[in-house]
Amino acid sequence: MHKYLPHTPKDIELMLKVIGARSIDDLFSSIPKSLRLNKSYNIPNALSDDNLTTHMKCLASLNKELVIFRGAGSYDHYTPSVVNSLISRQEFLTSYTPYQPEVAQGTLQYIFEYQSMICELTNMEVSNASMYDGATSTAEAMFMAKAQTRKDIILISQTVNPRIIEVVKTYARYRNIKVMIVPQKNGLTDLNFVKDNMTDSMGLIVQNPNYMGTIEDYEGFADVVHAHDGIFIMNAEGQSLALLKTPGEYQADIACGELQPFGIPLSFGGAYGGYLATKMKYVRKMPGRICGITTDVDGKRAFVLTLQAREQHIRRAKANSNICSNQSLIALAVTIYLSTMGKQGLIDVATESMQGAHYLHQKLIETNKFEIENNHPFFKEFALKAKFDVEAFEKSCLDAGILGPLHLGNQNLLFAVTERRTIKEMDLLVQKVVEQQ
Amino acid sequence: MKYYNKLIFDISEENRIGYSLEKKNLPKVHLPESLRRSQKAELPEVSEFDVVRHYTNVSQKNFGVETGFYPLGSCTMKYNPKINDELATLSGFSNIHPLQPVETVQGLLKIYHETQKILAEISGLKAYSLNPFAGAHGELSGLMIIKAYHQKNNDSKRNKIIVPDSAHGTNPASATVCGFEVVEIKSNPDGTVNLEALKAVLSDEIAGLMLTNPNTAGVFEKDICEVSRLVHEAGGLLYYDGANLNALLGKAKPGDMGFDITHINLHKTFSTPHGGGGPGSGPVGVIEKLVDFLPNPIVKEKDGFYYFEDSNDSIGALGLFYGNASVYIRAYVYLMTLGKEHMSDIGPLAVLNANYIKDSLKDLFVLPIDGHCMHEFVFDGLKDSSTGIKTLDLAKRLLDYGFHAPTIYFPLIFSQSMMIEPTEVESKETLDEFIEVMRKVAKEAIEDPEMVKTAPHNTIVRRLDEVKAARSPILKFKDIK
Amino acid sequence: MILEGLLYAESHEWVKVSGHEAYVGISDYAQHSLGDVVYIELPKVGSTIKKGEMFGAVESVKAASDLYLPISGKILEVNKKLEDSPEGLNDDPYGNWIVKVEILDTKELESLLKSDQYTASLQE
Repeated sequence: MHKYLPHTPKDIELMLKVIGARSIDDLFSSIPKSLRLNKSYNIPNALSDDNLTTHMKCLASLNKELVIFRGAGSYDHYTPSVVNSLISRQEFLTSYTPYQPEVAQGTLQYIFEYQSMICELTNMEVSNASMYDGATSTAEAMFMAKAQTRKDIILISQTVNPRIIEVVKTYARYRNIKVMIVPQKNGLTDLNFVKDNMTDSMGLIVQNPNYMGTIEDYEGFADVVHAHDGIFIMNAEGQSLALLKTPGEYQADIACGELQPFGIPLSFGGAYGGYLATKMKYVRKMPGRICGITTDVDGKRAFVLTLQAREQHIRRAKANSNICSNQSLIALAVTIYLSTMGKQGLIDVATESMQGAHYLHQKLIETNKFEIENNHPFFKEFALKAKFDVEAFEKSCLDAGILGPLHLGNQNLLFAVTERRTIKEMDLLVQKVVEQQ
Repeated sequence: MKYYNKLIFDISEENRIGYSLEKKNLPKVHLPESLRRSQKAELPEVSEFDVVRHYTNVSQKNFGVETGFYPLGSCTMKYNPKINDELATLSGFSNIHPLQPVETVQGLLKIYHETQKILAEISGLKAYSLNPFAGAHGELSGLMIIKAYHQKNNDSKRNKIIVPDSAHGTNPASATVCGFEVVEIKSNPDGTVNLEALKAVLSDEIAGLMLTNPNTAGVFEKDICEVSRLVHEAGGLLYYDGANLNALLGKAKPGDMGFDITHINLHKTFSTPHGGGGPGSGPVGVIEKLVDFLPNPIVKEKDGFYYFEDSNDSIGALGLFYGNASVYIRAYVYLMTLGKEHMSDIGPLAVLNANYIKDSLKDLFVLPIDGHCMHEFVFDGLKDSSTGIKTLDLAKRLLDYGFHAPTIYFPLIFSQSMMIEPTEVESKETLDEFIEVMRKVAKEAIEDPEMVKTAPHNTIVRRLDEVKAARSPILKFKDIK
Repeated sequence: MILEGLLYAESHEWVKVSGHEAYVGISDYAQHSLGDVVYIELPKVGSTIKKGEMFGAVESVKAASDLYLPISGKILEVNKKLEDSPEGLNDDPYGNWIVKVEILDTKELESLLKSDQYTASLQE
């Protein structure tokens, strides 16, 4: 007997009688004898809840919790208590995809609210119900561009997170799409290169702030892309949208990006979520679920998944994308986070992150242990070239309980600061730099 | 209970706040106007209590697996154990940055490595990557592996994937996304692979065949060894869609049947929560000769030390980091709860439950496939269809009785498909309740068809105008007039 | 309902010849199988499409269908009314043509089905 398996011998006897079988084994007669297992799996023994808890706590203790100054796609923002409390409600946590809308109005409503908030943040006209993560949502944006233009080349800026470029390349490779990198010029996307290579391209992908944390001015980029009927795709980090010029304002056709910074725990890289938003004229090329409003037979307002004819279960081989599950619960967590932080809170958190980053930047420069490559504006991440041993530095940070900046290669260190970093923590990091020879 | 119909934007009041933040009074940063957004995002302005009350009320409009029975075929809606949630969210797992040095994340890497090892043993393959985010994502990785394998062998002619017409929609969609041409073959009446139809399409242009076993009608592919032989002889690879793995736990391994690549749905077979539509996790597994093609990065182990490695032959990276850790940690806890002693009980009990329901109702519903079923089965509508009641009507009427409807209109090979999968966690009492209600609804279909045709009646909203939703889309708050 | 005097393709499109031009639409059977049409994707005027190639798509709540041009043609006109009111295809599938094309190869008309042949093919 096991706590998840309710069948008693009496239950089994009664059920077999109704079925008309002598034993449960009889029910498997269609499996050829040569395939039937006759021994148990070679897997660990079952643990009782108490022992399992001890086992997991031991495994958890083998991971070091650190004071984090590293970003590169995953940011240490504070998660308000209400988020975990509300997403743990079983009606949200254990429910299925809302294909029977009459009993899933809860899920559909929060998806609708989530879509609305993403449109507000990005200034785009329509959002879907979420994607797996920011990198895959960028790759799917590329597929939308291909479906729209039927061209086979995509331009992507070298200033985009290299891991995102890698994912885009993986998706492109199997669809016979050629990925052309737009080189960076002094740490910014080279618009002239875009101009010269746009004719045969389906579109351009840029990131804002870019991988190095720089806020790029994408004014004029949309015009160049649109002059060749291309699709302008902007990957924008969620929190930055509280302050920075939006993809919509830059005339982007598609906005995509990572939802993790909206209070989703770091959790070793997942589960995160991606957002994807676009203009109404491209809505039928957009993958993923979309929730809309309608009425029921009594005239009551209700929510329902709509425009499903685009999706895999109907289009099958003709679908633009194969996405089935999205990251619904993550979208819920984001919706609750954005509701809790609200109009002003998100601005305040973004401002605190930005001010913290600039404070740290200033203090680091003052140590005279860095070469300054450029003076570009930045949000909460920035890169500096170290004049000291970066490996020794990382080790000394770890010894002090700090996760220092990410080494990008060639002595370049990428620092990230969120609202969680105190002045004391930042001063300690600076101290660690000062100690380097 | 009254119908809660407010949106969070409806309860927003200017200047209300719901957050707590200490301002450090650091020097202001001047951002040029050309880089700033011109207007604030119109996010809600509510108190913390407003947020809690609002989302609590919203949640109560939902049916969850803990509310009641979800006999959804192909979804394996089992109990999502609380201990999984508790242990997966320990701060030693949730507070860890993905880019920490490997020495500081040995616990997480060990869980990754152990989980993929257990999945490999259960499915009879060599190794798994936990990087794919969902089943469809796992399918995509599997297909990319097939393509990469043939490309490495300079077998560039192989650009077609065979899919049976009974397959789940993600199968042909994934094949298309991967740049393959889809060749659909007609199944036998019971949904199994028609060997003649298969032989007719096998050639040196075939890269592989995608199958699930048991198939989408709950029938075991008894000719699977022959199918495997034919496909391999033609030079193709055999892909296993793990959606129906629950039936096989304790009874058979896909690897033994000749499958070269599989994906598993942790949110189905291994109890992780569905979350209203994700996050899931779709690990992809392979036999030894395909291990180098797995998505990057790969987790390796040497002398008890775990680390990441990129393979040169890998299909590439499929996400920013390494899959949905918070999901596969839950699966690991589940695997350790059942262990060697109980994992093998799951298939038998799941299959027992499905057959019990089928045999208790086959006098009233059309059973298109004779004989014992596996973990799920299909009814093709009512035996007495004289009153014109369709599967959709039956599904909606079930909602009135507090059950979630089964999967409807899938697989496509039966026009009035109703696919039922109880899973092993449901007790005989729950099944008896469901059977009683199904009998009642079947009776209502004859005695009071109008009532069934206009069901549901007891839910907070009734049948929705889906045509209106698609013709005049209102997809965000600002669209509401 | 099958309208006499039109030519049909097995993929359920109808063709009404008018001199060197032809109107193309979908049959009653097609609109009935789709259910309420919610959206139609029309081709670009001026584009040339070969016989059997896709020229657009129709979507209902539960299905999406590509439209195949029964004969090679150059798109002269598209029925813009259907973009705003796609339900026109359900209300009057024969009255509401979808595209008007310039016939590029009159011989292709011979391979289309006459109304009695199309009726027979539906019985199968």
